[in-house]
Amino acid sequence: MEYGRRPPAFYWLAIVFGLFVLFLYGPVLVIAVLSFQGPEGGLTLPMRGFSIHWFHQLFAGESVGDISGALGRSLILGLVVMVITTAVSFLAGLGFRSRFKGASAVFYIAIASLIVPSVVISLGIGSMFELLGLDRSWITSALGAQLTWTLPFGLLIMFAAFNRFNRSYEEAARGLGASGIRVIWEVVLPILAPSLLGVALFGFTLSYDELSRTSQATGALNTLPLELQAMQTNATTPVIYALGTLTTMLSFTVIGLSLTLAIFLNRRRARHGSDAGKAA
Amino acid sequence: MSQPEQNSALPEAGTRRRGSGYHWSTPSASRIAPYLQVAPISAVFLFFFLIPVILVIVISFFNYQTYDILIPDFTLMNYQDVFSSSVTYKTYWTTVKLSFIVWAVTLVLGFTISYFLVFHVRSRSRQVVLLLLCTIPFWTSDEIRMISWIPLLGRDGVVNNFLLATGIVKQPVEWLLYSQFAVVLGYVHLYTVFMIVPIFNSMMRIDKSLVEAAVDAGAKGWQVVLNVVLPLSKSGLAIGSIFVISIVMGDFVTVNVLGGGQVASIGKEIVTDLSSLQFPPAAAESMVLLAFVIMLIAALVKIVDIRKEL
Repeated sequence: MEYGRRPPAFYWLAIVFGLFVLFLYGPVLVIAVLSFQGPEGGLTLPMRGFSIHWFHQLFAGESVGDISGALGRSLILGLVVMVITTAVSFLAGLGFRSRFKGASAVFYIAIASLIVPSVVISLGIGSMFELLGLDRSWITSALGAQLTWTLPFGLLIMFAAFNRFNRSYEEAARGLGASGIRVIWEVVLPILAPSLLGVALFGFTLSYDELSRTSQATGALNTLPLELQAMQTNATTPVIYALGTLTTMLSFTVIGLSLTLAIFLNRRRARHGSDAGKAA
Repeated sequence: MSQPEQNSALPEAGTRRRGSGYHWSTPSASRIAPYLQVAPISAVFLFFFLIPVILVIVISFFNYQTYDILIPDFTLMNYQDVFSSSVTYKTYWTTVKLSFIVWAVTLVLGFTISYFLVFHVRSRSRQVVLLLLCTIPFWTSDEIRMISWIPLLGRDGVVNNFLLATGIVKQPVEWLLYSQFAVVLGYVHLYTVFMIVPIFNSMMRIDKSLVEAAVDAGAKGWQVVLNVVLPLSKSGLAIGSIFVISIVMGDFVTVNVLGGGQVASIGKEIVTDLSSLQFPPAAAESMVLLAFVIMLIAALVKIVDIRKEL
């Protein structure tokens, strides 16, 4: 199967794959194009002119709600979730390497947190704040709600990373007299950097786009996806596409940066990895 | 399933290294270390997952009034309301039906795509790039991806215009948008990735020589797929199924955006209750939903050991 001419099945499967990719990206490309509608343009094709009118509208018009406020909140929340998810998942990953009581319980709770329907968790967090007499807000209750979604992913990625992690590097460092903290800082962290980057990417993007868990847990001030939901129900102009294009571009930038950094880290590791014989 | 299996290839921290000081210098500290390291994640799950879900269970027995939305009580009224309404049964039937259709479609699609990537794409780096191509949209906004179907499927959308222009239909097709069709399409668009990644993962572990052996023994292409690849990727299929089913069963966003007012779902029912501040009925419905999801997952978990898959 490895060599020689490709079987006919290959071409059929390649067509299916190609169509699937078109199915994945096609619609988003269409709204990206539509967001450049002329001022008279409507919600669907054809294009009536070509302009950045709707992008101006997005930030100029009061009619579309508090877009810049919501965007700011979502970015801050995304960064906070990213930092917490990365740090907490890494620590948990370290912890799970040793035996401790309750390890299975914590693991299954993490999995449950991932698959219990979001609306139930959101309702629970909303009710908890209600009963405690606390105000729900995007940076308290919504932060917690999002962590129940990002941390299980973070933990699973850390498991996968530590399962492939060769402990003899650590033992070598300790054998040479490095302290526990120093081993983590100078050996474990650099080796796991690409995985941690992956956790950070999940943390930020899943938070930035999260809607279901946040919905009942945010207070008076909306995050961007919630603002978008409110906007979507009475959208009559392409301004919603402009917002969609903008936030998708932002996501793509974050993904692109992460992937570039991951490739860079891997290359650097490949370069520095085998320096045997090249004594300093 | 427990911890030792996971690290079986590695020296065991608890025995060999105790005393040599693993992270900290004293033996007792190294025994506490894992508890400290797992404390933060446990705290988050305790306060934002366990306690809230337990609260939902408790609240489902609460009473409520217009201005007092949570009155501590023990009443079965909320459950009686859920089970005595014919709307509820219809809604549940719709949700179960749509979940089943989406599950079947994403399963076949996810399997086909993973099979192509693992067994037909030859270079490792190309496999990774193509898999990334499938997963990148997962890191963008689900909501935007739903909304992006509207200009395509609408009454004078791209698809209808095409069908009219080519004379395939004489009237615009009405069931393309704000229909069960649109909702299923949206789900498949959004959640096939949850099938692809775990199935890809388990297919990558299949020893290629098994496939070669089957071919040498005279198996045809489809026989290899059916008798070798399919059984060996069953854990990926199960994990993907758990994801897709639990997300679709509880969804209310896609149903709102692509179903318009035309499609009901359990999740939407709950959110509607909440928007009129009816917490206890929403909690009772959440419990029924949760019971449904747990039953389905319990059946699937029998097939798979999640921990071994990482």
